[in-house]
Amino acid sequence: MSGAVGREPVFPTRQSLGLMKSKLKGAETGHSLLKRKSEALTKRFREITRRIDEAKRKMGRVMQIAAFSLAEVSYAVGGDIGYQVQESAKQARFRVRAKQENVSGVFLPQFESYTQEGVNDFALTGLGKGGQQIQRCRETYARAVETLVELASLQTAFLILDEVIKVVNRRVNAIEHVIIPRTENTIKYINSELDELDREEFYRLKKVSGKKQRDTAAADAEILAARKKQEAEEAAAGGSAPAKPEPEAEAADVLGENEDNDVIF
Amino acid sequence: MASNATYKDRQLLAVIGDEDSVTGLLLAGIGHVTEGADAQRNFLVVDSKTETSQIEQAFRNFTEERKDIAILLINQHIAERIRHSVDTFADPFPAVLEIPSKDHPYDPEKDSVLKRVRRLFGE
Repeated sequence: MSGAVGREPVFPTRQSLGLMKSKLKGAETGHSLLKRKSEALTKRFREITRRIDEAKRKMGRVMQIAAFSLAEVSYAVGGDIGYQVQESAKQARFRVRAKQENVSGVFLPQFESYTQEGVNDFALTGLGKGGQQIQRCRETYARAVETLVELASLQTAFLILDEVIKVVNRRVNAIEHVIIPRTENTIKYINSELDELDREEFYRLKKVSGKKQRDTAAADAEILAARKKQEAEEAAAGGSAPAKPEPEAEAADVLGENEDNDVIF
Repeated sequence: MASNATYKDRQLLAVIGDEDSVTGLLLAGIGHVTEGADAQRNFLVVDSKTETSQIEQAFRNFTEERKDIAILLINQHIAERIRHSVDTFADPFPAVLEIPSKDHPYDPEKDSVLKRVRRLFGE
């Protein structure tokens, strides 16, 4: 009876049959719900992958433009400003904040960039010359970083969704290939076991009634034999007090002391 | 899944890159130096003399130790030097982003995330 998946360790009773049936129903509902969730997530996932691909290409272009504007700066300033910039960086002006987006029960973070007002570490950079170029370069890089932030949120969503889809699919498969067959197996087992009990009970009753019939028949035959014997005795006695033993035999018959014996198996 | 509190206070971007990339990104205003005695910068300038172990250590510092970094930008040719660490790092926070640099154009084939995308679609 038990296949590869086995069955749950339960006693074959009607109560556990009911339990198993409701469990099977629950598993089927859960399976269809999870399947739908997985499909919704996968759809989202494919969309995100496509957008990542696009965003990565866009990033390549944007960074190229930004690098060019930096080259303009070093030409205008006439020297390297890298060291000065690195030393004057103190407080981040460009920050991100994470928002959450809910996709069928999964929280996907979304980065949103904002600039902190009033913080300017580079007020003196390019004071001598090339101030305009530096200003333009800053704007270009700020735009580039915005693209990068967008890409980063896509990438984070990609990683989280990847993980969640794996988990959901694992659950769907577990329900489909383990829990449902096992519950079905258990129900089959309980049913066959209950049928077996029914047959046993029926056979036992049949056996009891057969035994009772046999006993009754034996008792009847005994009584009949006794009566015949009595009649024969009476005939032999030749009519002496014929009415006297008759009621005695009758009384024995009424009591029926041979009937309804306990049947011992 | 990352809990709410862990990424609410992640506000900064960090960068590991060559001098030009770092300068540009700092001009955009992402540079941050923590206050106090052990001032920590959120950027690392890598040139030809920088040891790989130093890059590795900065990467670990930005990804594991510091809890205020939301996005880590790293030049692709530098990511190539610590490819193993970049590929093994799979947590959603901080997001590790490979960016092109001036001398090294962007190559989508080498990106660890795009590699995963390709693998998923069986290309």
